[in-house]
Amino acid sequence: MTTRREFLTRGLALGAAGLWLPQGRAEGLFDIPVPTLPPGDVEQSVMATLPGKRPLIKRTWRPANFETPVALFDRSDFTPNDAFFVRWHLADLPEANDPRLAETNYVLKIGGDAVENPLSLSLPQLKREFEQVELVAVCQCSGNRRGLVQPHVAGVEWGYGAMGQARWRGVRLRDVLNRARLRKEALEVVYDGLDRPVLEKTPDFIKSLPVWKALDENTLLAWEMNGEPLPYHNGYPLRLVVPGWTATYWVKMISEINVVSKPYDGFWMKTAYRVPMGKFPVTDRFISQEVPGGPNTPITEMVVNSLITNLEPNQKIRAGQWTEVRGIAWDGGRGIRLVEVSTDGGRSWQPAELGRDLGNFAWRSWSYRFKPRKGRYGILAKATNAAGSTQTFQWIANPAGYHHNVIQRIDVEAV
Amino acid sequence: MKTFTALAALLLLPLAAQADESQIKLKDGPGKDKVAIHCAVCHSTDYIPMNSPFLDRKGWEGVVNKMIKVMGAPIPQEDVPVIVDYLTRHYGKS
Repeated sequence: MTTRREFLTRGLALGAAGLWLPQGRAEGLFDIPVPTLPPGDVEQSVMATLPGKRPLIKRTWRPANFETPVALFDRSDFTPNDAFFVRWHLADLPEANDPRLAETNYVLKIGGDAVENPLSLSLPQLKREFEQVELVAVCQCSGNRRGLVQPHVAGVEWGYGAMGQARWRGVRLRDVLNRARLRKEALEVVYDGLDRPVLEKTPDFIKSLPVWKALDENTLLAWEMNGEPLPYHNGYPLRLVVPGWTATYWVKMISEINVVSKPYDGFWMKTAYRVPMGKFPVTDRFISQEVPGGPNTPITEMVVNSLITNLEPNQKIRAGQWTEVRGIAWDGGRGIRLVEVSTDGGRSWQPAELGRDLGNFAWRSWSYRFKPRKGRYGILAKATNAAGSTQTFQWIANPAGYHHNVIQRIDVEAV
Repeated sequence: MKTFTALAALLLLPLAAQADESQIKLKDGPGKDKVAIHCAVCHSTDYIPMNSPFLDRKGWEGVVNKMIKVMGAPIPQEDVPVIVDYLTRHYGKS
């Protein structure tokens, strides 16, 4: 791998001699290091099967953290439920046959000091008494691709597959909150699922949303994905769907919602899932969780990103024949406007053809065709959203390893 | 299952642990038993090799202290250096 300095030196020398790099060379303008997972992660990552799932990439057994292989995102706008990634923070989950999870027993409580009308709703009530809506949205772990950041950061060492897309069906959180009648002091909506820590002293996984996001028409209490009940490991029987925002907010097995007039200060909001202030082009602010002049802020919307789904590093492709590069691109809800592909290591870029538009919270499939001659090709893809935000060439460092949207580079060989 | 105490968790560990995590083989060495006892209460020990080898001693110390101070792991103070030694030696950055 050529370092940036070597490249610049050589480029200057070549430029001075009136030469330029030959066509089709893998070295390009952008010296993106080849991403590698920690060796210990690779060694531990086996294909394994959880109940209700097909074999997925096991990152950890307990709590279960399982990743979707990238090939399953290729030419498929809906990630199959049995292939959808699994992410738990705490190991004490209700058993699948726990009576509390049964459709007839499940209860969602809504309360807190900022509602006038605390209430409990059963699942049949939720389904019957509120308008049902559907939307397509990407669900992506904040730490997706953490395993690829350099230098490595401790955590679940995910590759590219801690994400998926589904058609979610449920009711608007807004409609449910309206029945509970919010007081004007309502500041945050705090919510908890049935997952519990093993030790009493471990902070329970409780999250909060600013009231404005909770009242967004797209924020749902969902019981169905892709036309089927949620799988157990994706939050059966009910989870929050927070389109555009990272999956940390999409609490599974959601059982309690409290609307409060003060910022929630639990560990998973105040300390975890934070990003440095001002480093990302984020427009969805969560101001009640910020301290004036403080160093960080809760992670909110996903950054613009793309993924090549049909090529592997060092794959052999056929010279002289049309080759398709395919993938997906997504962002935090503005919508993807443009995907560009480079086949010469980043020296030149061509627009890809965009696939069907399933809404601003959905990923957009894309494809690009080119006819290679013999030689090595550095394939890159770069997405831009409707706000003009794009991907980075270098990871924006942050302590917990979030928001990896470095432009992917896959070198292939045409033979 | 409802939340139970650390002691009960220890007693119940063989039952609570998933069959599949039994295939995790940590490297042999002094301190391995302490790691098995204390870390595996709340999570499978594949978290350790997964996060290797890129943490130095300070990094592993930070992880162990987070588990005690933030996550409430009841690890006796005298076991901390033994655990950190083991993690640094076998799963630390060389």
